[in-house]
Formats: sequence, structure tokens, C-alpha cells
Amino acid sequence: MAAGNVVRGGAVIGAVLAVLVAAFAWAGGWLSGDRLSPERFITALKPPGGFGYGDRRNHAKGVCVTGTFTADGAATAVSHASLFRPGTYPLIGRFSLGSADPAASDSATRVRGFGFDITGPGGEEWRSANIDVPFFPVATPDAFLQLLQASGSKDPGAIGQVAAAHPELKAFGGWAKSAPWTASFAEEQYNGIDAFVATDAAGSRHFVRWSLLPAATAQQVTPDALKAKGPDFLDRELESRLASGPLHWRMVLTEAAPGDQTADPSQAWPAGRPTVAAGTITLTAGQDNVAGPCRDVNFDPTILPSGLATGDDPFPAARSAVYAVSYNRRTAQEASGQATGGHDTGRNAQ
Amino acid sequence: MSDFTRNGFNGRVQPSLLERGEVVREPFAPVQRVLHWAMAVCILAMLFIGVGMVSTARPISLGLVDVHRPLGILILLLVVVRLAVRARRGTPALPRDLPAGVKLGATLSHWLLYAAMISMPIIGWGMVSAAGLPVVMWGGFQLPPILPHSDALHAVLWDAHRIIAYLLFALILLHVSAALMHALIRRDGVFEAMAGGRPPV
Ligand code: HEM
Ligand code: HEM
Ligand code: HEM
Repeated sequence: MAAGNVVRGGAVIGAVLAVLVAAFAWAGGWLSGDRLSPERFITALKPPGGFGYGDRRNHAKGVCVTGTFTADGAATAVSHASLFRPGTYPLIGRFSLGSADPAASDSATRVRGFGFDITGPGGEEWRSANIDVPFFPVATPDAFLQLLQASGSKDPGAIGQVAAAHPELKAFGGWAKSAPWTASFAEEQYNGIDAFVATDAAGSRHFVRWSLLPAATAQQVTPDALKAKGPDFLDRELESRLASGPLHWRMVLTEAAPGDQTADPSQAWPAGRPTVAAGTITLTAGQDNVAGPCRDVNFDPTILPSGLATGDDPFPAARSAVYAVSYNRRTAQEASGQATGGHDTGRNAQ
Repeated sequence: MSDFTRNGFNGRVQPSLLERGEVVREPFAPVQRVLHWAMAVCILAMLFIGVGMVSTARPISLGLVDVHRPLGILILLLVVVRLAVRARRGTPALPRDLPAGVKLGATLSHWLLYAAMISMPIIGWGMVSAAGLPVVMWGGFQLPPILPHSDALHAVLWDAHRIIAYLLFALILLHVSAALMHALIRRDGVFEAMAGGRPPV
């Protein structure tokens, strides 16, 4: 074994190791702090009181529901997804408040959400998390991260700076001020907001967004009347409705017209776009947020049946990455027995 | 001679060639070599894809996850084939002059590599099952869950998948260093048994 070989060989080995380690570190995003990592969203979401152990890192407060989705078959015109074929398929859902605070007040939280997980024939699933706002506050995930960071910032001017850089935020402010409040999860319309690509049986692609239109009529209530109901009435209200019968929503897909942008969920499509009624969501029972079947469900909007896919809207991917981190952390806490069932105790989880 | 045909390796190289030094060491069978290099590429790719896909919320993460699941299952299929071939064809023995401790280290590290190649995809599959997520391979085709939907199982497997992935990467660094040490410093034919060709003199 010549000494020259040892030196040269050692140098090659060292160089190969250095390249492998550096490439791995680059791939993992450890070389710089500026990657749009899902952890940065979670950090920015953290409410002043901390997350609840085992609770979702956003939309923490909520209630489980179960029921069905009955497809009429009409949506097969835009998507060959098996669960758009006529039939009735099981559904797990969850109503929630759009806040990371597990003790958020029902009467003061502006955004309400509804997640569903439909299992189609053959076990294919469609998961989706929808809100009662008709559009997203900002145009990109980067802007949303800035908005979250500004909301948690002590600098009173922070939000103003984000608003100046992202004028689309104004529309959300307008909605928050003027949209009517209701006193029931059942009276809300929930919107998917993000655009997805539906592929029909002939292979044609259609950009779609969806909304769930409630069968219940919305009864407008004033913010003061809401406040009088206290911080926790939405669960009970839902329960009492379910006790007297099932609740229904029509699922409507809206198709983009040529030229409509499909990458920016802060821009609602103009009225008058063609729609197709995919079917009816029927909810028959409600369960507790912690003991119910929705607890361990990640309503990841990229879990789509064949015939629906993500398009150029960057949000579904961002949400998938962030929901996974939220899910990993909350289930680890559930598993370690640290979970408290969330309302105000055992806070401060990462 | 007996050293070279250990492990049930049914010599494809005439012993006389080995003794005359024209072939330093019997090579692995061609199918073993193809499997080794194809899997080396796949496994390194999986490690990079894995850490890359969890590092970013950009759209590319979805594409990486979509490759990660089926490629991982492909590795599981390939390692089964590879071990079956190995059971039939054996492996060439290591050079006689390699210290016993080093031989033991080589054998042990190879079994650890096989253990990781088998366990990583099964843990990944189990982790996705325990999360209650569909184990999608490609559009419309999914594998059945191998575990029930369970927080406790998910938490354990999620930790295991990450920790074993990092240990596997470290082991591969060691393995590559050893392979190159044989190729460039010892020049004893160990590298060529897998890579082909002959060691430089
Ligand atoms: C980049 C943007 C977004 C981020 C970072 C984000 C973050 C999160 C997180 C961390 C969760 C908890 C997930 C879990 O642990 O299961 C969540 C839940 C939820 N998100 Fe988002 N979200 C985003 C965009 C949206 C959009 C566009 C919508 C509506 C269309 C939405 C609606 C919901 C709803 C309804 C839930 C509750 C689902 C459930 O009940 O489990 N989010 N979000
Ligand atoms: C040889 C096979 C495999 C290797 C080497 C591998 C490697 C990795 C690595 C390095 C990570 C990133 C860990 C981290 O930094 O947090 C990862 C994550 C992941 N892997 Fe694999 N993997 C393999 C097989 C699979 C299979 C077969 C599946 C599923 C069918 C799978 C599902 C996942 C998932 C879902 C994650 C993300 C976990 C999270 O949310 O943090 N893996 N894998
Ligand atoms: C990246 C993943 C890799 C894995 C998982 C892997 C795995 C293995 C395993 C399990 C063996 C033992 C074969 C047996 O006895 O059945 C082996 C042998 C070998 N590998 Fe790799 N390998 C990898 C990459 C590499 C690389 C990059 C090199 C070269 C730079 C290399 C060079 C070798 C050599 C020379 C042998 C033959 C050792 C002997 O004769 O016993 N391997 N590899």
C-alpha cells in the first residue's frame, strides 16, 4: 500500500463524503434559513397562549360530524372521479373556528370552517377543508406567512406593512366587516376557494372551485346578539339541530372560463360561470372534537380521487405540507398522553 | 481457494485464474451488480427526496411525495428479489488478508444495510396507514393499509422512519468510504467485484 495511494485515495474519499453531506444538507434545507418550510407557518400560527396539546395548529376548536355524500352523477361531466358517479358514500366531517387558539370564542371568530373526508367506491378518498369566506385573504403562501407573522408581531405597524405590500388583503377586511354573522354552523356556505383540475372521462381538463350551499336559511344576527350567547354555543346549536333531523348542503362545482386566473385564491371568479351540482352532503350525527372520529383525520386538500388534481394554485401543496406537520405534532402529543383535550389546559406545545 | 468459494459462491471464475492473480477476486453475479447499483441510485434518491419534500411548502413537495411512496415500495420489491438472488448465488469471499475485525464490520454493515432497505419502506407504508391516509401509488391505484388508523402507531413509526433514514444515510457514507478505500488504497478487488473491471496495480 503506497503512501501516495493513501494520500490521494484519502483525499478522494474526503471529497466524495463532503459532496454527499453538503448535497444532503442542501436538499434538507439546512444550509439556509430562507426556505419556505412548513415549520415556519406553524411557528407563525402559534397563539399567545400557545397551542393546546394534541390540538390542531389552526382551526383548533371544532366539532366532529358524520354523514354521507350522495352524488347525482351530474359532476361526471367534468370529472371521472368515482365518487361523482351516482351513489351514496360515507363522510366524516369537522366544523371549526378559523383560529389557532383552542379557546377561541364562537361569537368573536370571524372565519368558520368545514372539512370533509368522503370515501368513494374502492376506498378512494377525497378530503377538503373549506371556509365560509368566498376568497382567501392573500394571493400566495409567502404572503400568508408574512400575514401570520405580522399578526403575531408586537409591532403595531406590521399588519399595515403587509396590507400595503398585498392590496388584495383589503377585500378580506371588507368581508370581515360587512359579511352577515349567523349563529349556526348549519347556516353557512363553505367554499373550497382553491382551484383544482378536474379531468372528465374523455380526458379534457376543467379548472374548478367548489362551494357547499346550506339547505338551512341563514338568519342574520348582530355581533351584540352573538356576544350575548357566550363563547361556546356553536356545538350545542349544531347538536340540537342534528337531534331534530339531518342537515344538508348542495355541493356545487364552478368551472373557470378561459382567461380566469387559477393560481390566485384571493381573486373570486366573476359571477355567471357555469356550475354543476355534484350532489348533497347529509350530516346525521355530531361527536366531540377529541373523542370523535374526526380527531385523527388530516383534512389535507391534496388527498384527491383520480379525476381531481391540484393545478397551478400553490396553496394546496403548501397546506398539505403544513397540515402534515400539524398532524405529526398533535398525534405525537396524543400518543404520548400529553393531550388534554385542549380547552385551555396544557398549552404551550410547539 | 477455499477462501474464495466460501459463502456458497459457486465459482464462475476458474480457480487457476485467481491463483495466477489475473483475476483478483470473483465478481458478484451480473444480476447482483445491476441490482446493487440500481438500488444504490434509488435509495440515495429516496433519502434526498425524503428530506427535500418535508423541508418545503412549495408545490414541488407534492411531486416529491408522489415519487417517494411508489419508489419506496419499488425498493421493497427489489430487495426481496435481491436477497433471493443472494441466497442462490452467494457472495464472493472477502480477501484473505483483510483483518478479521474488518471482515466482521463489513458483514455486519451489509446486514444493517439490508435491514434498513427492508424496514424503511415497510415503516413508511405503515406510517401512512396509521395516519389513516390512502397509500397512493399512482392515479387511482393504492395499496391497502397494513396497520389500523392509530395515533400511537403513527407517532412511533414517524420517529422510526426519520431516525432510521438518518442512520441509513450515515451507514451509506461509511459504506461508500470503505468501497473507495478498497478501490483507491487497498486495490484488492473488492470494489471491482461489485463495479466490474480490475483493480489498478
Ligand atoms: C398556506 C395557507 C394555509 C395554512 C398555512 C393553513 C394552516 C392550517 C393548519 C396548520 C391546520 C390544522 C391542520 C390539522 O392539524 O389537521 C388547518 C386547518 C384548516 N384549514 Fe387551513 N391553512 C391554510 C389555508 C387554508 C385555506 C385556503 C382554507 C380554506 C379553503 C383553509 C381551511 C382550513 C380548515 C377548514 C381547517 C380545519 C380542518 C379540520 O377541521 O381539521 N386553510 N389550516
Ligand atoms: C427505502 C425506502 C425509504 C426511504 C430511504 C425513505 C426516506 C425518507 C426520508 C429521509 C424522509 C424524511 C424524514 C425527515 O427528515 O423528516 C421520509 C419521510 C417520509 N416518508 Fe419515506 N422513505 C422510504 C420509504 C417510504 C415509503 C414506502 C413510504 C410510504 C408508502 C414513505 C412515506 C414517507 C412519508 C409520508 C414521509 C413524511 C413524514 C413526515 O410527515 O414527516 N417512505 N422518508
Ligand atoms: C446507496 C446505497 C447503497 C446501498 C444500500 C448498498 C448496499 C450494499 C450491500 C447490502 C452490499 C453487500 C452485498 C452482499 O454481500 O450481498 C454492498 C456491497 C458493495 N457495495 Fe454497496 N450499497 C450502496 C452504495 C454503494 C456505493 C455508492 C458504492 C461505491 C462507491 C458501493 C460499493 C459496494 C461494493 C464495492 C460492494 C461489495 C462489497 C463486498 O465485496 O462484499 N455501494 N452494498
